This record gives sequence, C-alpha cells and structure tokens, in this order.
Amino acid sequence: MAVVKARRKAIVDKNACVACGCCVKVCPRGAISVFKGVYAAVDIGKCIGCGKCKTACPASVIGIGEVQA
Amino acid sequence: MKRHWYDYLWIASALYLILGFFNIMFAWLGMLCFMIPLLIAVFGKSKAYCNRYCGRGQLFQLLGGKLKLSRNSEIPRFIKSKTFRYGFLIFFLAMFISMLFNTYLVFAGRELSHKVTLLWTFKLPWHWACHGTVFAPWVVQFAYGFYSIMLTSTLLGVVTMLLFKPRSWCVYCPMGTMTQLICKARNRKELN
Ligand code: SF4
Ligand code: SF4
Ligand code: SF4
Repeated sequence: MAVVKARRKAIVDKNACVACGCCVKVCPRGAISVFKGVYAAVDIGKCIGCGKCKTACPASVIGIGEVQA
Repeated sequence: MKRHWYDYLWIASALYLILGFFNIMFAWLGMLCFMIPLLIAVFGKSKAYCNRYCGRGQLFQLLGGKLKLSRNSEIPRFIKSKTFRYGFLIFFLAMFISMLFNTYLVFAGRELSHKVTLLWTFKLPWHWACHGTVFAPWVVQFAYGFYSIMLTSTLLGVVTMLLFKPRSWCVYCPMGTMTQLICKARNRKELN
C-alpha cells in the first residue's frame, strides 16, 4: 500500500498577504520568502511547520496545515 | 540569526522623531523614507524596503516584540481588507496633497504656521523647533507638514502595535500598500 506522507506546513493566504516580510525574518529554516514583492511563498521542502511565521504575521494570513509532500 | 547593518535602521527612525522636537528642518530627511521604497519598487521590482530596511517596521517590532508592549492578538478583519487598505492609501495621498497645497500657499505669501497637526485635526504649538530665518517660509512650512504626517502615522502605528501584533501598522501602511501595488504591476508577467 502506498503511504502518502502528510506533513504540517505553513500555508499563506496569498491574496490577503501584505508582503511585509515579518514571516521571513523569523523563519529558522529560511523556508519562506516574499515573492516579487507581492506575497509570501513557502518552500514546502524546507518548512518544518514550526509556526513561528504564523505568530509573527501581523495580518494573520498564515495557517499551519497538512500538506502532501 | 545573523545581524546585518540594516537591522539597526530603527535607530535612525527613532532619531528622526526625536530630532523633530529640536529642529523641525530635520523633517526633510523623511523624504528618504518616501523616495527609497518607491525607487526600490519601481526599479528593483521588489519590496526589499519593507522586507529589510524599513526602520519604522523594526521599531514597532522592537517595542511590541522585545519590549513586550503588544497584546499580540489578531488584527480586526476590516483593517486587512483591500477596501480599507486602498481607502487608507487614497486618504493618505489626499492629505499629502493638501499638505503640499498648504506649502504652496505659504510660498504664495500666506503666513507660516508653526504648528504640528496630529491626526489631521489637532494643532499642537511647535514654535520652539523653528530657529531663525535662514530658510524660506515655505521650506519651513513643508517641514512642519511632513513632520505632522510622520508623527501621525507613528501614533497610529503605536496604537495598533499595542492592540494587535507589533507590526500591525504594516498591514495598512500606505507606503507598504503602494509598493505592493507597484510590484504587482511591475511583475505582472511573472505573477501569472
Ligand atoms: S512554519 Fe516555521 S519553518 Fe515553516 S515557514 Fe513558518 S517559520 Fe519557517
Ligand atoms: S508576515 Fe504575513 S503578511 Fe507579512 S509577508 Fe509574511 S505572510 Fe505576508
Ligand atoms: S509596510 Fe510601511 S512600516 Fe511596514 S515595513 Fe513597509 S514601509 Fe515600513
């Protein structure tokens, strides 16, 4: 049986992101960056789902959820 | 995390606000925080200013984060809505234009007013920060107007820093909204 790995990762609501970069400053893994000055993008491979970005985000647009990787 | 020189730009932001109490002409330096982010957005197509260099964002982070002055709670939904953010940007620009118009009126001969206007309403006496007559009256008037804008936005930022998360101001900061819009337009192709 194939095992689908589900891991907890940061998920950004791109449309509501204000691109301030607060999340980038706190990420211990360098897993999140502001893409083209418009929204934060998560590198799923690097993210460990620690939630630091979620706590820092002033707009509260980051969630931590299961992402298939 | 490694500290960079630009992680200390909050000192410049704090100094700016303090200097305005002593000599209003320092307000002109604030033009840097108007021009640099726009130039970076237009030519660099990025929000590196917000993401790295903005001393004001750092100052709020320091007050709310390190000094624990922030309640650290969620910002009300309406403040982060596009309607509010764009509306606030338009309002801010309108107030900026009105400030320029006031400067023009003094240029055209009206008497200089030695006041700092807080929240676009309250006129505070500030004559002690004006020394002598080296500069033309309109140059001084602009300094008062510009400093009023900077002090007002800092005040709003401090209130939302206390109530919500440290850098809540960044959610509705007109400069942040404007640079994001410029980046959207400049990177149209890559974004689709
Ligand atoms: S959850 Fe942790 S590792 Fe993942 S992007 Fe956020 S701060 Fe970085
Ligand atoms: S902290 Fe929040 S609003 Fe700011 S760039 Fe990151 S996800 Fe976007
Ligand atoms: S949103 Fe405004 S206050 Fe926040 S980092 Fe950008 S320019 Fe500075």
